[in-house]
Amino acid sequence: MNEKAITCKGLTKRFGDFVAVDNISFEVNTGEIFGFLGANGAGKTTAMRMLCGLSYPTSGEAAVAGYDVFTKQESIKKNIGYMSQKFSLYENLTVKENIRFYGGIYGLTNGELKEKGEGLINKLGLQGESKKMVGELPLGWKQKLAFSVAIIHQPKIVFLDEPTGGVDPVTRRQFWDLIYEAADSGITVFVTTHYMDEAEYCNRISIMVDGRIDALDTPASLKQRYRAETMDEVFYALARGAKRSAD
Amino acid sequence: MRTLRFLLEKEFKQIFRDKGLLPVIFIMPVIQLLIMPLAANFDVKNINLAVIDHDHSGYSQQLLAKIGSSGYFRITANTASFPEAMKQIESEEADIIIEIPANFEEQLIKEGAGPVYLAADAINGTKAGLGSSYLNTILADFNSEIRMKLLPQQANTGIDIRSSDWFNPYLNYRIYMVPGILVILVTMVCGFVAALNIVREKEVGTIEQINVTPVKKWEFIMGKMIPFWIIGMIDFTIGLLIARLVYGIIPVGNLFLLYGFLSVYLVAMLGFGLLISTYSDTQLQAMFVAFFFIIIFILMSGLFISVDNMPVWGKVIARLSPVTYFIDVMRMIVLKGSGFNDIKIPLLIEIVFAIILNGWAILNYRKTA
Repeated sequence: MNEKAITCKGLTKRFGDFVAVDNISFEVNTGEIFGFLGANGAGKTTAMRMLCGLSYPTSGEAAVAGYDVFTKQESIKKNIGYMSQKFSLYENLTVKENIRFYGGIYGLTNGELKEKGEGLINKLGLQGESKKMVGELPLGWKQKLAFSVAIIHQPKIVFLDEPTGGVDPVTRRQFWDLIYEAADSGITVFVTTHYMDEAEYCNRISIMVDGRIDALDTPASLKQRYRAETMDEVFYALARGAKRSAD
Repeated sequence: MRTLRFLLEKEFKQIFRDKGLLPVIFIMPVIQLLIMPLAANFDVKNINLAVIDHDHSGYSQQLLAKIGSSGYFRITANTASFPEAMKQIESEEADIIIEIPANFEEQLIKEGAGPVYLAADAINGTKAGLGSSYLNTILADFNSEIRMKLLPQQANTGIDIRSSDWFNPYLNYRIYMVPGILVILVTMVCGFVAALNIVREKEVGTIEQINVTPVKKWEFIMGKMIPFWIIGMIDFTIGLLIARLVYGIIPVGNLFLLYGFLSVYLVAMLGFGLLISTYSDTQLQAMFVAFFFIIIFILMSGLFISVDNMPVWGKVIARLSPVTYFIDVMRMIVLKGSGFNDIKIPLLIEIVFAIILNGWAILNYRKTA
């Protein structure tokens, strides 16, 4: 088995003249929580979509769970979970039906579906809501549910694109408990966020500016290197130099 | 296969939960089938006639009475001069002017024939054309009656043409229209609804979630097509029942043959919807593109205008539409009782449509952009 969950070298994505992701290289170790930071429009989502097999890189190379992103997307898809910026469960299906559907298409057996489904509902405290349409749930619950569904098949890596956007601090804290729990069970977590307190929760973080990765290290080392008290200051120091205007 | 089962389960649940979609799928076709055939009627009745009778004779009165009693004409004005009658046409109170000259009766008696002048408002071409031809028939009939009476020795000359109308003996417009309208309804449901359904998943973002799972392309596409294929079959069956109960149209031909053709046709139309969905990012876009093509398909399908009457370029467009063949086959099987040998060429063409449209759509649907 590959020790590195993700390796990427010179990964680039161009849309016409625009270089969304500019020659980035990094590695993510198995089992770590990797924070992928950057201002709006820095290229985080584009990079993540390439790693998930949703979009072809223009050049460079990358492997996810040991599979090449150019040729083995379908193998990658079996081994990853993904939670996009947009809410991606079906609003007109109930909590239970969503779990059954996503579990089912990831190939869980009927027994596993039942067991995992009940376990998940109990863990999230959704017993009373399991027959409610997902569209009726508050955003925080939806996000926790979406995350749990994204890892229902116990993937090797889970990609989270701004999972806590618009969520209250208490729920965010609970959300990170779920992330830690997943990491403890051996899932590598690749997460983007705009909240610098969340960045502190990560084992290592990278900061993207204008499509490039300008810094990559543990939060503590980064603070030391930029002589900063908090991650906020590190982020300011780096993102201030950005030429691209935020969207 | 197991994945497909989960996809289908989800799709059916969503369809039957969609309070906006269900009436579109099941109630709208019923209402349209009840209303459209009654309105889409080319029979011309109630043609308004402006009369200028310069003769005021027994024969001219007889002629007008005969016209009036035919059931097609209403004498709305009696005017003294042509310009006056023309005013009636200009104000759209009359459709046709009939002018009987002063010496009409005299000429009839002397020569066995009298001149009558007809002028029709041809803005509504169908009304003018059919009205004039009805009037001509009545006049010819009147003329031969007079000849019989006045000149019995010269009667019975000329060729007597008798025609009989097969498969629709009373030339009932509905018998011709209902099978065609049924095709259009099935087309709308499958062509539109399927396309919008997929694009909605794009809009909401759930398709991206599907694209990042190991679901195979064919599984996703089958998961979308099978439910709407079944709905198309159900809609068609409801339509056939209405045709039977309301319009008394019982298919003469083999029902298995009809459903066999329908099943291929639905695959072709669903492929069309799928193709549009792969090129559209929003439901609005998909709707306008689908609307554009479906309008052309319907207008050129031979539903309203016979394809044989179209100019060459029109025929080419008609032949490029899968709808044309089904309307044709539908009328052949339902009204004429045509068998497999009669429809095998359109069936083959429809199969080719199904393969091309679906193949193109599958090629164009990408899990990785």
